Amino acid sequence: MAWNLTSDRPVFIQIIEKLKLDIITGVYKPGDKLPSVRDLAGEAAVNPNTMQRAFSELERDGLVYTMRTSGRFITEDITMIQGLKEQMAINAIAEFLSNMERLGFNKEDAISLLNETVKEGTSCAQ
Amino acid sequence: MCTIVSCKDLTKKYGKKVAVNNLNLEIKSGHIIGLLGPNGSGKTTFIKILNGLLTPTSGELLVKQLPVGIESKKVISYLPDQTYLNMNKRVKDVIDYFQAFYADFDSQKAYAMLADLQINPGDRLKTMSKGTKEKVQLILVMSRKADLYVLDEPIAGVDPAARDYILRTILGNYDSSASILISTHLISDIENILDQVIFIKNGEICLDKSVDDIRMEENKSVDALFREVFKC
Repeated sequence: MAWNLTSDRPVFIQIIEKLKLDIITGVYKPGDKLPSVRDLAGEAAVNPNTMQRAFSELERDGLVYTMRTSGRFITEDITMIQGLKEQMAINAIAEFLSNMERLGFNKEDAISLLNETVKEGTSCAQ
Repeated sequence: MCTIVSCKDLTKKYGKKVAVNNLNLEIKSGHIIGLLGPNGSGKTTFIKILNGLLTPTSGELLVKQLPVGIESKKVISYLPDQTYLNMNKRVKDVIDYFQAFYADFDSQKAYAMLADLQINPGDRLKTMSKGTKEKVQLILVMSRKADLYVLDEPIAGVDPAARDYILRTILGNYDSSASILISTHLISDIENILDQVIFIKNGEICLDKSVDDIRMEENKSVDALFREVFKC
């Protein structure tokens, strides 16, 4: 799986985003065991210290928990994962709106254009 | 976390030319550090002092609280910027040589890496391309279990695919109690694995910072920052 890390933002933040996305999209299911820091660091070609830091942040947020002897696991709290999903959707919408604003569309125009595009899309599909 | 290297007011002059000027720095365990600077900024001079190949004009450099010498060479695995191996030797002879020379050398590890990179242990060094020779040397250096790996331009001559392998090898073979000091110009290739970077300019440190902080505070990559700081 590609990690696509860019070099203008801290790596640990990008790893957190990637892992959150993997949790939401079900690559990792609630209660799944995460790979070890070393394995995942190797896969992403990043420093194990960086991966450790990303894990610690996820743990602090409660998305991941540690069982002392058996490793790290994804939270089984489904409401929390649902909340994360909504938060990421809100972020995606905010980003869309700000991009549209840069193109000269205010919110109302953007929404009506969005509606039109969706409608056209469905009529094309039919 | 303990301090592996500390240097105080380290200065090296070649005649009138000052190569390293009042350098103060510490290298702690568990870090991958990039030593970055333009040509002639004093990187290799510093590394040579660290490995006992040059003596400083003034100042002090300690490795695990001891001056540079036999004890420091036991704990530092050094990849020089130029090869020193006998080109008539076969790879397996060089491995035997390292095995005899360094107590912490693991020849099994070396053979495994040679196999991964499809290098024949029976080949003589002089029959190899520049890049392959570099790979062999890096394998030798990374097959030791050292406290500090000092790599002077480790990836300059190798192709991008092998570069990826080498970076993975560096990451895979280092445990969290060791540190790695890498000097290179290929910043964008290695910056994702670095914890910390040291920028050196005219023999002086002009930046010593964590990579995450640079990206967070400057909103740019180490590579971009380097180009800005050292703009010609």
